[in-house]
Amino acid sequence: MYHKEKSIQIKNSASALYNNLGVLRIAPRSLTYFTVVHANVVNMVSASWDGLNYSHRQLQSKEPNVATSTSLIMQAAFCALPSRDLLVVTSQKGIQIYESDGSTMVYWHALDIPETPTAQAVFARGISAVESYICVGVSSGAILVFDVPSKGSNITLSDVLKGHEKSITDMASECSGSQECIADLISADDRGNLCVWKSGETFQRFNNIPGFDMSCTSVKLWKGTAVAGYGTGQIRLYEAVTGILHAEVNAHARWIYSLDIAPFSGLLLSAGEDSLVRVWHLTMKPESLSVEVAHLHNECVTDTQICGAKFCDGDGYAFAVTGYDLSEIIRYTQS
Amino acid sequence: MSVRTLPLVFINLGGEMLYILDQRLQALNTSEDNSEKVMNDIVGTMFSKDFMDELIKPQQLYSHRTLKTVLTRLAHASIMRLNPASMDRLYELMVMAFKYQVFLCPRPKDLLLITYNHIDTIREYVKHTPVVVNQVDETHRKIIEVYSSLPEGEFQLLRQTLLIFFQDMHVRVSLFLKNQIQNPNGRFALSTSGPVPHGIDVPGLIRMFDRKGREVRRCEFPTGGSYSSPVREGCFELHGDRVIRLGMNMYTINHPEETHTSKAPSLLMSKQLATKTDDTPNLLAKEELNLLARLMGSMKAENMPETGFWINLFTTDQEEEEEAASDGAEESLFGVINIQAMQDEQVATELARIAGQFAEGEETPGNLSSSKGDDLLAMMDDL
Repeated sequence: MYHKEKSIQIKNSASALYNNLGVLRIAPRSLTYFTVVHANVVNMVSASWDGLNYSHRQLQSKEPNVATSTSLIMQAAFCALPSRDLLVVTSQKGIQIYESDGSTMVYWHALDIPETPTAQAVFARGISAVESYICVGVSSGAILVFDVPSKGSNITLSDVLKGHEKSITDMASECSGSQECIADLISADDRGNLCVWKSGETFQRFNNIPGFDMSCTSVKLWKGTAVAGYGTGQIRLYEAVTGILHAEVNAHARWIYSLDIAPFSGLLLSAGEDSLVRVWHLTMKPESLSVEVAHLHNECVTDTQICGAKFCDGDGYAFAVTGYDLSEIIRYTQS
Repeated sequence: MSVRTLPLVFINLGGEMLYILDQRLQALNTSEDNSEKVMNDIVGTMFSKDFMDELIKPQQLYSHRTLKTVLTRLAHASIMRLNPASMDRLYELMVMAFKYQVFLCPRPKDLLLITYNHIDTIREYVKHTPVVVNQVDETHRKIIEVYSSLPEGEFQLLRQTLLIFFQDMHVRVSLFLKNQIQNPNGRFALSTSGPVPHGIDVPGLIRMFDRKGREVRRCEFPTGGSYSSPVREGCFELHGDRVIRLGMNMYTINHPEETHTSKAPSLLMSKQLATKTDDTPNLLAKEELNLLARLMGSMKAENMPETGFWINLFTTDQEEEEEAASDGAEESLFGVINIQAMQDEQVATELARIAGQFAEGEETPGNLSSSKGDDLLAMMDDL
């Protein structure tokens, strides 16, 4: 169903972090941007679709310290807003927002870091754009909501959402712009709890889907369905606003590190520490008001704990994968 | 990231160090008295209440350099002496072993079982000295108290912090290559078959539910691997069967070549480590210096003996040549580095001076003036 393409070499290896691959497709310029986090650095590659041109850039976490371990980056992700695309980088120090090509930093938000370290580590993790907002999770369980203007750097912190008691792991959204949705944002935490929100001047929490004390490491929202990956290697599909469980898949033999959905085709990608990437198909079943999931394809990245897997386009024609200690982005295309 | 890594790092790395030292001491027919003394001295220092109390404080995991400095000091808490080159190679071995254990750890929580495997063996080494056994037990209890209630997500964060610390290290170890847990390119083998970790379901099943929560359909999918049910869970108490074997002693006394290391073909490890930090100035951050000062200060400075005894950690020049002659074909692949442990008065004195300097005071970190910091850095650069 898929075959392996030529990999893209990156300057350093990928770190073992959840959802460690960012992809942004720039159709007007026939380019795709990729981001991969390595310790305190974000490796950015801009790849032309004809496969002939690759340019690299590295972004440091702010105030690169002499002790690099104190400025580790937790996640880097692209945010597609109604009138602009931005790159958000979260670390132990705070949140940096760049232009999507990584050329300029437009905003910096510092986290409250106590003088003497407490038992609870402090960091920001979990990034999602919804409408004209960028939402970022924090280790305390809070979610910071930033209001982003259509141009310029006048970004402001407009809200702090409380819904989680444990560190945020991942966030996702759908329905930005044209469609009307009851809920358009979902957040996941280290205890496996999911919160479902509706964005607006004041965000509303619609639902809380409890976990089973096991981290939800990656979450996606598609046609009102929450798709969540857990440390048990399971994928669960819930109806977001009601919390009704549609399906449960014993998908991986180790922790899931990354999920992605191709919205136009309903293809689902899952990847884990067990070195496997799996492709599934989600089908809406309006007659039974449910969603079904079917398995399509497996890829094994030998001896590699996968940390990032994303589709490169909205149909799922191609996907890319990163692995711990691997200095390349592996790509697969439909045969 | 995680602020709880240090106790586990020191117990596991220290444990690996003791496994290697034990193997060498035995292979060289060291007297039982001397062997015991070395073990007791190192274990006693490592598991001292002061040292452990410092480690348990929430703090970041700093650089390899700081870690190596403290581990060197630990090794020199005994009457044994190692020169910097030996320490470098020893450190490589220790770190690669721990990296392997962390990488293959079935569940993040099993990091504790790996740690307890190390502690169990350490207890065996010092079993004839009740005072030291007590220290080990006390530390073990403390670890159980601090870590047992942490959720899996926190253990995974701890594991991720360690994996970042070990990133890009691909030093090949002959024992690992021989047992096929490591590939010739330096990467560890990850199997897609065998028992799944405890608490995880065997992959391959999709279950679908109706709106009332009743299962209406189930189907199977091909996993691309061959997984089986989990084995029983290991014991997290002071004593018990840990079940998992990671963290147990991999070295035997009969095969000294097991501690051979060699560089992966493409990059030298020293270059890899340098690349990692090449945009940072060659300094330790203030917080890191503070940590180093506190750790050194919490280890009691031993009376430096007039004559310690020295051991050959790894093969000598002559043994190397003989081996190279017989294994001609393998020579090009395994560029084994020759190291010798030797008595190095200057190094011992420098370290004693550093240790002594900090052992004296209730010197608060803030009092470290920049010039003093520079002196310390200069001293460490000379190591």
